[in-house]
Amino acid sequence: MAVKSQLCSVWVGSETGILKGVSLSKKQAFNFCEMSCLTRDQEVCTMAWGDPHETEVLIGCLNGRVKTFSTEKGIFTESRECGDLSQGRFTGLAVMDSSLITCVESGLLKVWNEGSSNTAEINVGTGVCRMRQNPSQRHHVATGGKENPLKLWDLQRPDKSIFTAKNVANDWLDLRVPVWVRDIAFIQDSNKIVTCTGHHQVRVYDPSSPQRRPVLETQYGEYPLTTLSLPADQASVVVGNTHGQLAILDLRKGLVRGCIKGLAGGVRGLQCHPSLPVLASCGLDRFLRVHSLKDRTLQHKVHFPSMLCGSDTAGEVEEVKAEEEEDEDEVWDSMEMVKEHQGKRATCEEPSEASGNRVKRKRKVAKQ
Amino acid sequence: MDFIGVPVSEDTTNTKNKVKKTMKRQKPFQEPVDNGSVEESESAGSSFPPTFSLSTIKNKQRRHLMFMKLKQEKRKQKLELRKKRKKERDALGDKAPPKDVPKTIENQRVYDETTVDPEDEEVAFDEGTDEFSAYFNKLTNPKVLITTSDRPRGRTVRFCEQLATVIPNAHVYYRRGLALKRIIPQCVSRNFTYLMVINEDRKVPNGMVLCHLPDGPTAHFKVSSVRLRKEMKRRGKDPTEHHPEVILNNFSTRLGHSIGRMFAALFPHDPHFVGRQVATFHNQRDFIFFRFHRYIFKNEKRVGIQELGPRFTLKLRSLQKGTFDSKFGEYEWVHKVRIKTYLGLTGLRTVEFKAE
Repeated sequence: MAVKSQLCSVWVGSETGILKGVSLSKKQAFNFCEMSCLTRDQEVCTMAWGDPHETEVLIGCLNGRVKTFSTEKGIFTESRECGDLSQGRFTGLAVMDSSLITCVESGLLKVWNEGSSNTAEINVGTGVCRMRQNPSQRHHVATGGKENPLKLWDLQRPDKSIFTAKNVANDWLDLRVPVWVRDIAFIQDSNKIVTCTGHHQVRVYDPSSPQRRPVLETQYGEYPLTTLSLPADQASVVVGNTHGQLAILDLRKGLVRGCIKGLAGGVRGLQCHPSLPVLASCGLDRFLRVHSLKDRTLQHKVHFPSMLCGSDTAGEVEEVKAEEEEDEDEVWDSMEMVKEHQGKRATCEEPSEASGNRVKRKRKVAKQ
Repeated sequence: MDFIGVPVSEDTTNTKNKVKKTMKRQKPFQEPVDNGSVEESESAGSSFPPTFSLSTIKNKQRRHLMFMKLKQEKRKQKLELRKKRKKERDALGDKAPPKDVPKTIENQRVYDETTVDPEDEEVAFDEGTDEFSAYFNKLTNPKVLITTSDRPRGRTVRFCEQLATVIPNAHVYYRRGLALKRIIPQCVSRNFTYLMVINEDRKVPNGMVLCHLPDGPTAHFKVSSVRLRKEMKRRGKDPTEHHPEVILNNFSTRLGHSIGRMFAALFPHDPHFVGRQVATFHNQRDFIFFRFHRYIFKNEKRVGIQELGPRFTLKLRSLQKGTFDSKFGEYEWVHKVRIKTYLGLTGLRTVEFKAE
């Protein structure tokens, strides 16, 4: 189990509650679950990294349990009760110096401190669709949902939100524009927040400025946008909708930079590699696809044979692990031209030295 | 007038004579050419540049003649080759190499990676707990509501009526301009398990929305080649009230499984074998053909079938999670026009061919 889990570069949760690890270099997928004790209420709602070294995966299940999976040991190490079905599904999970942040649909945001049973609670309003943590300031979280505008919370001062977005101006018929935030992401180094809505808008907010309305608004397609992800280069965002259309939008003017083709069903999970121009997407069509963001071509396609089966793939959230993708890129590079290989390696290893080192270490472990 | 007419006729006779003469004159020149055309064609074939093709011959008759000759020759060669091969085969007897498998569309297809392995635990679990599991665990009995788009005309009405005779426990209702989203909760409260909507275009049915209740999924099909009972030749007597048997062919991929289960759940669990009726959903290259038959066993080996109608063809357009919601629903699969045929979207059984 342990060896298998260390190979995996992408982790995918499924509607049946199975956690799947995918090794792109070996083109293999593994299930990390006991097939005998599967139930529908273990459906994976949300996933997050449990620690900054990316050795633990946190999984929020439908039945209100948060499970911790160790990627080094390849087993579930912990499982705790963080809610129940009546409060709705998990909409976000995050870790802040050894305490766990959970948020459910009904709007109850809880901070579970390690060891002690006392929890801090914030009511962020009903109909929450997503809670996200600011990766640079880990005590900042943003929430938003249906008729629940984007709010930014400081967990050290939980009584009031630091920023609440204001709805955009009425439309040309002087009707109120409905609010439906579906996904949120923090733009690094600029303090801005980008959201996508169920009414196919993409909006950029700037909490540091006095303006509470979006500083940029753009639309993509005609179907609800489900999820978004920020690529390594800052000026763009990747959004996906319920029809399986993926597009890279430019955040400077809000124009479509390019579309990514090949998806057959609605997108549930999108994740960009933190340093490389690689995008992993998964959704209801039961495929995990890895695209290059440079030329938008398909690099890998994994159809979890069992997973489909098992999982309807529907409720899938996934996370791309930085490291191994790199590892696997190396494999591909070595297949191609040697010259390019060297050049590429030099460029890609510098920005992500830490992860590169980890790859090497991991490989050693695997060999042993 | 006569006076004028005579010289004209004379003129024509003259010209005719001239033509005849010229023809006569030409014939002796042409005849040897015709006789020796085989030799000529061979010699021509050698003397012409290699790019010579029959289409460069400008005389139509001649071109035709040459073409027929060429065809005959080819046929002869083919026959000879075949004879030769057969002789070799007979001579070798048992040691003869196996015959080449002919190329067909079916065997040129790329294997679809989503094809379901029947022993897969995960599929089994998924299917055991999906929306249709209540039907397959024999907890519910199907009850189908059939309706149409607003103000149905002509064929669509008859098509609905005939569908209702095929599917047991089906009720046809007039749409009355109601929105589907308002119909669905009422259907759920009255224990319907399916909502079937036939859409039409210019009085001809062209679409079908099949919505499983109470919580999805919803499939949207294109309907084509509808043939109603009246238009059928050698049709049997009208179907009886017995529950038919259901045959599902080729629903082998993961998507195919879901669609197949959807069709299976339309019909009651235990078919009445006394009725000897069978409904067939045959999937071939992503088109689903529906036929309704009555069978009879003539003896142990032979079976006679008689079509009862109606027949139609379906093609999946989209499969949506949850009940009908075309605006905010999440789609499990959407038909998209492919740019490259081998690009590989998952179909019921995908129509992908090896790029040659």
